[in-house]
Amino acid sequence: MSIENLTQENLNRRTFLGGVFSAGAMVLAAQLLPEEAFADTNEYHGKAAASALRSSIYLGLEPDGTVYIVTHRSEMGTGIRTTLPMVAADEMEADFSKVKIEQGIGDKAYGDQNTDGSKSIRGFFTAFRESGAAARTMLVQAAAAQWKAPVTECKAQNHEVIHTPSGRKLGYGALASAAGKLPAPKPETLQLKPKSEWRFIGKDSKIADMADICSGKAVFGMDVQRPGMLYASVERPPVMGGSVQSFDDKETLKVKGVSQTASIDPFKPPYTFQPLGGVAVVANSTWAAFQGRKKLKVEWNNGANASHDSEAYKKELLETARKPGKVVRNIGDVDAAFGKGGKIVEAEYYVPLLAHATMEPPVAVAEFKDGKVEAWVPTQNPQAVQDTVAGALGIKPEDVTCHVTLLGGGFGRKSKPDYVAEAAILSKKTGKPIKLVWSREDDLRFDYYHAVAGMYHKAALDEKGKTTAWLHRSVFPSISSMNDANSMYGFDVEYGMGLNDMPFDIPNHRAENGPAKAHVRIGWLRSVANIYHVFSGLSFADELAHAANRDPLEYQLELIGPGRIIDFKSQGVANYWNYGESYDKFPFDTKRLRKVLEIAGERSGWGKRKPGNGWGLGIAASRSFTSYVASVVEVEVDKAGKIRIPRSWQVADVGMVINPDRVHSQFEGAAVMGASIALTGEISLSDGRVRQSNFHDYPVARMNQAPLQTDVHIVESSALPGGVGEPGVPPFVPAFANAVFAATGKRVRELPFSKHKLV
Amino acid sequence: MIKLKINGHDRTFDGDPDMPLLWYLRDEISMTGTKFGCGVGLCGACTVHRNGEPIRSCSTPMKELAGKNITTIEGLSPDGNHPLQKAWAQVNVPQCGYCQTGQIMQAAALLKKNHHPSDKEIDDAMSGNICRCGTYQRIRSAIKAAGKEMA
Ligand code: FES
Ligand code: FES
Repeated sequence: MSIENLTQENLNRRTFLGGVFSAGAMVLAAQLLPEEAFADTNEYHGKAAASALRSSIYLGLEPDGTVYIVTHRSEMGTGIRTTLPMVAADEMEADFSKVKIEQGIGDKAYGDQNTDGSKSIRGFFTAFRESGAAARTMLVQAAAAQWKAPVTECKAQNHEVIHTPSGRKLGYGALASAAGKLPAPKPETLQLKPKSEWRFIGKDSKIADMADICSGKAVFGMDVQRPGMLYASVERPPVMGGSVQSFDDKETLKVKGVSQTASIDPFKPPYTFQPLGGVAVVANSTWAAFQGRKKLKVEWNNGANASHDSEAYKKELLETARKPGKVVRNIGDVDAAFGKGGKIVEAEYYVPLLAHATMEPPVAVAEFKDGKVEAWVPTQNPQAVQDTVAGALGIKPEDVTCHVTLLGGGFGRKSKPDYVAEAAILSKKTGKPIKLVWSREDDLRFDYYHAVAGMYHKAALDEKGKTTAWLHRSVFPSISSMNDANSMYGFDVEYGMGLNDMPFDIPNHRAENGPAKAHVRIGWLRSVANIYHVFSGLSFADELAHAANRDPLEYQLELIGPGRIIDFKSQGVANYWNYGESYDKFPFDTKRLRKVLEIAGERSGWGKRKPGNGWGLGIAASRSFTSYVASVVEVEVDKAGKIRIPRSWQVADVGMVINPDRVHSQFEGAAVMGASIALTGEISLSDGRVRQSNFHDYPVARMNQAPLQTDVHIVESSALPGGVGEPGVPPFVPAFANAVFAATGKRVRELPFSKHKLV
Repeated sequence: MIKLKINGHDRTFDGDPDMPLLWYLRDEISMTGTKFGCGVGLCGACTVHRNGEPIRSCSTPMKELAGKNITTIEGLSPDGNHPLQKAWAQVNVPQCGYCQTGQIMQAAALLKKNHHPSDKEIDDAMSGNICRCGTYQRIRSAIKAAGKEMA
């Protein structure tokens, strides 16, 4: 994205910013037009982002020298609330201790605010740089005018402008008013700082909220309080698509603190971001609302999904995967190649539904007044909050103000604002500000689940053990079921995550997608379809290495083949998704993939120790969100089958790095989430009802199950910044499964590991 | 009427005696540093100290707290400068941060008794506290660093 034009903003903008700036402030508004429309990814990103093809970043300087930088992306643990302002402050030559970070409310003027798809830096690095550079340019001009000196004799440095010949100095604060009256520079005239002069970009920076987080002062959505606020908790239809037939709240209303109950209508298919419906209990504390809910008696209409059963569904997916599906990529002729004989290897893989289980369950505070809603929400997607709440109440999106709090985890769950609509509906019904709290049980039973998938792989090896043909079929209920109740197939976004972009150099390769219907709400979860595609693809690659009697690392490198830019168009992939990026700027470069694998091999001491007897290493690499990552996992399996990960290695080429420490932390965290997925992650249903309810039956990795140590190595790169939040998850899972095979000889083709006896 | 001390201050409570301390802290006296994660003692986000021992406030009803001294994250140190809080900042532990007050309270109880916990002792003390963002290895090193400072 680049700056379309820069304008001085006037008073009415200040209201928009929530009164951040005083009258004397220089407020710089960068109005931007994205170069690449996100049109083809609407379904994935929701309506809001697609309609917003303008973006703006606001940077203000007060006469007292305080710089305000508005972050329009949500903070859910990646550090983005700190990292983007660092970029602007660096270009501005600001003193970072004088920078105050303001969280932007939901507004289309910001452009895409959906903090999702690992694209905050990819999408806004340049925009924030240009914003800072424009401010610096104007400050230098203002100082030069004051000194009646040529601009070339003046330079900005650490919150001051210096007249180089005389050594005179003017502070940024003193220049604010004058600079604010200057016309904004044309974007093409902006001079960005050379890399050698960067002060913050590329250096570790502490997150802005550190002290507040560690002292309990940080405000998450769960912590918002409003005067007169009541608390609510909703009993939802246990089967997706069900509705309330009747309910009896006599006992509920006797619970001390409960003031009323209210029903919420079920969604009109497709489910989109609408609430699921149900009966709400409103009370003067969260506890009272929870207690009241236990006393509710509700009769449900269960609808079409009432017989849904995970075991039967699994069989269906795997059977479908045995049949020809829709071809989404084709190279050569796999059928002919299989017909030629050689060694044939085939395997079925399965990944169950997964829940996000953010540490902070969904929660929202909403206040309906005079036909308008004000909401305080831990959301990844404040514009979708505006649209969804507006849709639920029949008001205009502009009449919904969405304040974005800190998020206690997001992982994709909090870009779907059904919970905010619930709060708004209840506020309208009760006339009170409502805090709507999901219990952990609600969170696990009513999630937008990561899709369950059945996959089938078949390959042929020649006499030298080289893979000559590979068929990959994948069957999963698609995220597109969110917007299309009859959806049976996936779409480019899902295909482009490990199905039609497997980077292997094989003369005959076909990828297919078979039909499946959704019986629960399906949504994206950190790294999305990569989870099942990369798990099965890279586990199968390991199987092929063993079938060929070859070292898995060496074999993976051979499969990838020589360094090259993959030409998907010539391989029957008409619309390679490429994570919404232009292929020229972000091509799939197998050189980079090979490199992370090779480095991972070196750092982990690959091949030095003989695996077996309960010890082993596993390796896998993948490209996702335009970044290249290799994972190595070391496992120890004791005689009781208990698994420990003494160490894991994450080697990542994510292009240019802005805040290395936060990149490291994302890859450390991805290893832990990968461990959770592999070890115990499973949501399952019987009679259309989710069986799991809390961390005892949906365990996530604890300290004693997570890798004891994850060694993160970031490859030096000057490529454009790629994704960071998600790419560390996909390769970790097959690397872990491959390590278990190395240690025990057991090939786990169905997640989670906890279903299998490993020794 | 239940009398107790929270961060050194006298408090009285006359609501539902079965209400867990967590909701009293959060909803009634607006001390929101103690978090709700699971409500049933499985995640540790709600950890506080009762007479110096770590407890899960989500599963501790008010009726069990008469005469007790409760310390929450807000009362761990007056200026947010407990050795653990300093170590947390130094190692850049938090990601989203939601679990961290519970982690710090749990770790504070460990370090009070043992300034040099082994990896195994840290595992045993901390494995009841979930961090979905996966900050465990930094929690471990921050605990070791803070322990050294306290020794
Ligand atoms: S909220 Fe108390 S242990 Fe989870
Ligand atoms: S930092 Fe997010 S849950 Fe621990």
